[in-house]
Amino acid sequence: MQFWNKTIETMPRKEIEQLQLRLLKELVTRIYEKSHYYHTLMKEVGVHPSDIISLEDIVKLPTMNKTDLRDNYPDRLIIADPEDIIRYHVSSGTTGKPTVVGYTKNDIENWSESLARSFTSFGLGKRDVIQVSNGYGLFSGGLGMHYGAEKLGAAVVPASTGGTKRQIELIKDLKVTSIACTPSYLLHMAEVAESMGVDFRNDTRLGSAILGAEPWSENTRRHIEDWMGIKAQNCYGASELSGPLFTECNEQDGVHVWGDLCLVEVIDPKTGEHVGEGERGELVFTMLRREALPIIRYRIGDISEITWERCACGRTHPRLQRVAGRVDDMIIIRGINVFPSQVEHVLGEIEEVTQHYMILVDSDGALDKMTVQVELDPEAFTDNILTLRAIRSKVAGALKDTLNVRVDVELMEPGSLPRFEEKAKRVLDRRVRM
Amino acid sequence: MPKRHVIKQLSIFVNNEPGRLAKIARIMKEEGIDIYAFNIAEASGFGVFRAIVRDPDIAFQKLKDRDLVVKETEVIAIPMEDRPGGLFEAAAVLGEVGINIEYGYAYSGKEGAIFFIRVNDTESAINTLLNHGIRLLKEGDL
Ligand SMILES: [Zn+2]
Repeated sequence: MQFWNKTIETMPRKEIEQLQLRLLKELVTRIYEKSHYYHTLMKEVGVHPSDIISLEDIVKLPTMNKTDLRDNYPDRLIIADPEDIIRYHVSSGTTGKPTVVGYTKNDIENWSESLARSFTSFGLGKRDVIQVSNGYGLFSGGLGMHYGAEKLGAAVVPASTGGTKRQIELIKDLKVTSIACTPSYLLHMAEVAESMGVDFRNDTRLGSAILGAEPWSENTRRHIEDWMGIKAQNCYGASELSGPLFTECNEQDGVHVWGDLCLVEVIDPKTGEHVGEGERGELVFTMLRREALPIIRYRIGDISEITWERCACGRTHPRLQRVAGRVDDMIIIRGINVFPSQVEHVLGEIEEVTQHYMILVDSDGALDKMTVQVELDPEAFTDNILTLRAIRSKVAGALKDTLNVRVDVELMEPGSLPRFEEKAKRVLDRRVRM
Repeated sequence: MPKRHVIKQLSIFVNNEPGRLAKIARIMKEEGIDIYAFNIAEASGFGVFRAIVRDPDIAFQKLKDRDLVVKETEVIAIPMEDRPGGLFEAAAVLGEVGINIEYGYAYSGKEGAIFFIRVNDTESAINTLLNHGIRLLKEGDL
């Protein structure tokens, strides 16, 4: 097993937490002194840097979210001196003002360090040729991957997006061993390659893909791995956190979140209180070493869970499970949190139905009633009603097992449910609000 | 020999919602498909529309091209006018040899009533019925 920085990556939990506390104290002192915004905010909630005595004291600090970044457009939250800023990335929000993230030299250095560790953890190194097919430019994906791969000492092919046929030629000719892009682009690429008569298994040296920037599932991973004969590694990040930051190791058992760079909390989205270890909740990030733009208790809106259990690879830092959904997408059925992504996952496991579905939520007296409509796979159609009923029961049973909520299932004719080009709206909440 | 007595039926998967039947009927009409008989089996949320049509193979392809989920299934046609109690007799004969009738439906044809049945073993059912002197119709008789 290769490590990029073995001492840090295998540090005992206690030592990681001691380091986190020291960095947190420094960070809070820094923002209290340098940021007008944070100084005012901390005074308002009545917290002083000297109140941070243990790691648990982090809850005394206010949380922040995307709105705070937007409201302080373009650079009111940036605390570094202008001469120390060496780069900006800007994310175009779908609504309202964009968010601007500034970076100092050290910010870029820590970002690259994080990715270099992650790339090493699934076997990449100096000999590798990494094609970066994430967008370059204001979006942080392309350049982030680029700097990470360069830090690693690999050869970078800065392909950016588009020109799929040319990208495939490059993978072949430059003997590319790993590619960074979105899962949907990789699938598109695999289709185009097939039409060109290029077989990824035999005609290229591609061994892995670093996939992120959009939600994807375990089913998609298996599909990609079986089809292309590569390892598909999940990557986590966000522009506010720098960009793509962490990936899974070879074990593919959660994303390693480097505790010396980043402190992650998991909270109940309703109460804001910490949930137990291994329990699902909203992720809250504090970037411990950020210099230009402080990110403190940032509510990113993703729902997942973390574990500190030591990974089979030997790394000791907390591991983040695949994102189960967005806080905005969460539906509460009879007091239980349900995410469309969970429904999608269950449906993906059942051959007789497709991935086209809708979730309907209605009031049934005082209770909530959840219905999942899913299109039948044409191959599974039979004239026998009993067989069709059995398929419906199978889907309902599998959903109940995963969601812990009773679900009515309706099998639908293929093509009869809405198709979504971009952001899918698969939940129709028709409950009567009192 | 028994193959000649197999009647091809089209089974179509439909959503159980208003307007579905009208849509199927419209498509059939647009494609110039003559329906002799049909039946709808419903379960909550979905249904199966079953139809006996002229030139079933051609109709099958046309419906498939219209993106309907359609399958060809085999049924048996028993004319009803020959003998009173003929249907009961047929059912009893099949029951004796352990053949299960999954469903059946009637149709008033040009030469009188016809009963279509779907069984779990079409070929054995045809042999059994013919051996017991029960007359069966062929596709051309409809
Ligand atoms: Zn690991």
